[in-house]
Amino acid sequence: MPNLMRTVQLALKSLMLHKLRSGLTMLGIVFGVFSVIAMLAIGEGASQQAQQQVLQLGATNIIVRSVKPPRETASQQTANSFVLRYGLKRADFDLLSKTIPTVMQAVPIRELVKACRFLHREMNCRIVGCSPEYTDMNHLELAQGRFISDKDRREKTNVCVLASGTADELFQYEDPLGQSVKVADRRYKVVGVTRAREASAAIGGSLSGQDYNQDIYIPLETMRVRMGDLDIDRRQGSFSAEEVQLNQITLRISDIGQVMSTADVIRETLERTHRNGKDYSVVVPQELLKQAEQIRTIFNVVLGSIAAISLVVGGIGIMNIMLATVTERTREIGIRRALGAKQQDITMQFLTETIVLAGSGGVIGVVLGLATPLVFQLLKVLAERFFFDSGGASEFSEMFANLSPQVVPSSLPLAFGISVGIGVMFGLYPARSAARLDPIEALRHE
Amino acid sequence: MSFAAQVIDLEKDYMLGSVPVRALRGVSIDFPHGDFVAIMGSSGSGKSTLLNLLGALDRPTRGNYLIGDRDVSRMTDDELSEIRNERIGFIFQSYNLIPQYTVLENIEVPLHYRSGYPTIGQVEQSRIMELADLVGLGDRMDHRPFQLSGGQQQRVAIARALVNDPQIILADEPTGNLDSKTEEEIMETLLRLNREGRTIIMVTHETSVAKLAKRQVYMKDGVIAGEGVFPG
Repeated sequence: MPNLMRTVQLALKSLMLHKLRSGLTMLGIVFGVFSVIAMLAIGEGASQQAQQQVLQLGATNIIVRSVKPPRETASQQTANSFVLRYGLKRADFDLLSKTIPTVMQAVPIRELVKACRFLHREMNCRIVGCSPEYTDMNHLELAQGRFISDKDRREKTNVCVLASGTADELFQYEDPLGQSVKVADRRYKVVGVTRAREASAAIGGSLSGQDYNQDIYIPLETMRVRMGDLDIDRRQGSFSAEEVQLNQITLRISDIGQVMSTADVIRETLERTHRNGKDYSVVVPQELLKQAEQIRTIFNVVLGSIAAISLVVGGIGIMNIMLATVTERTREIGIRRALGAKQQDITMQFLTETIVLAGSGGVIGVVLGLATPLVFQLLKVLAERFFFDSGGASEFSEMFANLSPQVVPSSLPLAFGISVGIGVMFGLYPARSAARLDPIEALRHE
Repeated sequence: MSFAAQVIDLEKDYMLGSVPVRALRGVSIDFPHGDFVAIMGSSGSGKSTLLNLLGALDRPTRGNYLIGDRDVSRMTDDELSEIRNERIGFIFQSYNLIPQYTVLENIEVPLHYRSGYPTIGQVEQSRIMELADLVGLGDRMDHRPFQLSGGQQQRVAIARALVNDPQIILADEPTGNLDSKTEEEIMETLLRLNREGRTIIMVTHETSVAKLAKRQVYMKDGVIAGEGVFPG
């Protein structure tokens, strides 16, 4: 083999002869490599986002929620009653928390949306009846005061904890601690305020997103006593009533390996007690994690393939240019052959040229690829300014805004390797055809 | 008597489209060491074909071609490349320098293709400088071909032909593109090389140039028609 350094120098020299042409040819590979890295980075970002959401729900948790049944079954069930009864019962909670040995902790929740007021300021809040464990399960932190205690539950005291958004809205100038908020004609003393928390995004239809910042937390027992299970909604010309005992039961499982089997047990148990239709749903974050992994794999394969196509297109561009170069430099090939170059020397010369071209394109592509998060950030700013500023945040723009690409380290050598591979693949034919030229013909070439 | 090169009953057929052409019909000629032969003949006489065979750029259909003690006529492509590199120096009518290379780099080219691919060391460097001085281009080593006159380019080609110290120098119309004064200079250089003991085989159609060689060979219809100085 000829001296490698020298061959590379020679290749660089020939490429520098046509800077624009080489640059443009390289561009195909640059964008190919960049898009491979960028696509994988976006895929990784999306998957990490999903993982984070799932982890926020807790990998050892199982969430059982009440679901309003579809209209037809609902009308049969309540043919002679205005009140729609559905969802989880307190009996379910007892059953689940006491009969399944792998359940370590169970937290029941009741939710209602009601108007709350302080002085003249009023807003609609989600009233959450919960227990002290609620903060723990939802990663809530307190900014001021304390959370609801077991004592509050036992004594059914009229106390509440405000979420940060609620506190800001109702208490614009006052310190909320010690004040009272009026909900449904009753006053609740504010004992604490939570710190602001990012809203959890909806996950694939099985769990809707939750904004924790517009909540008021009160003890579950207080809620039952003061508000009851019946929620009556009166509007102009219509009237509806729902009776729900519990909206959600969050179960913490003792061992992460037991989560899936416990979920099956829970499903079977609830199936037996809810024979009149499915008015609940069981969400297992771990299942979601698995689904997210699967989606991520598909996502990566699809995106990667699209990017790979652009690399192949770049490779075809290189091959095209190299074929033209070989024709253009036929005479040079003839001269070299006359001076003693073997076929293999000519092959190496042109192959090296292609590889150097593709390789430098690969390096530039990798550098650009490393800048993917920056480029994406820039795109985000531009997109927000020019496309999404009117009409509020659509679902797409929200997803877009939350997405932050993560460059996968292994994609860098991978993409670079592919670019060099493309160089070899698409360089071999032009190089071979250069080497096979008849030296006499080549020398005569004008 | 040992010869620098020996051609024995050489024949070459090739296809021109679908028409078979007998370009050489049995050429025999010996080149003793230190010979200076001018091959003459009209176009189509087979002199180019003969030169290609002499230059080991092609293989004969029949017959033998010996360079020193080696039979070139049955060699593989790689072996032919080696022979061209080690034993033959080419000088072309149109100089055939590589345009993107400097004078120095052009002279270096045959060194890169030596068998085993040795690196260019001190010995080679000084040899290149020597050759450049010999052809009078020692001060233009970093010029590119387009910055040189025709005569200067041809002298670079001569230096390049000599760099691997070949036994035979093949010159294809070396002065065809040059004015008469430059022609004289180039021929002077070739004659000096011949005096130093190198075998030179030159194709030309100019009698004035051919006269400077030790002997002249005339070709016609693929055979050698005669030998000697034909005036006019």
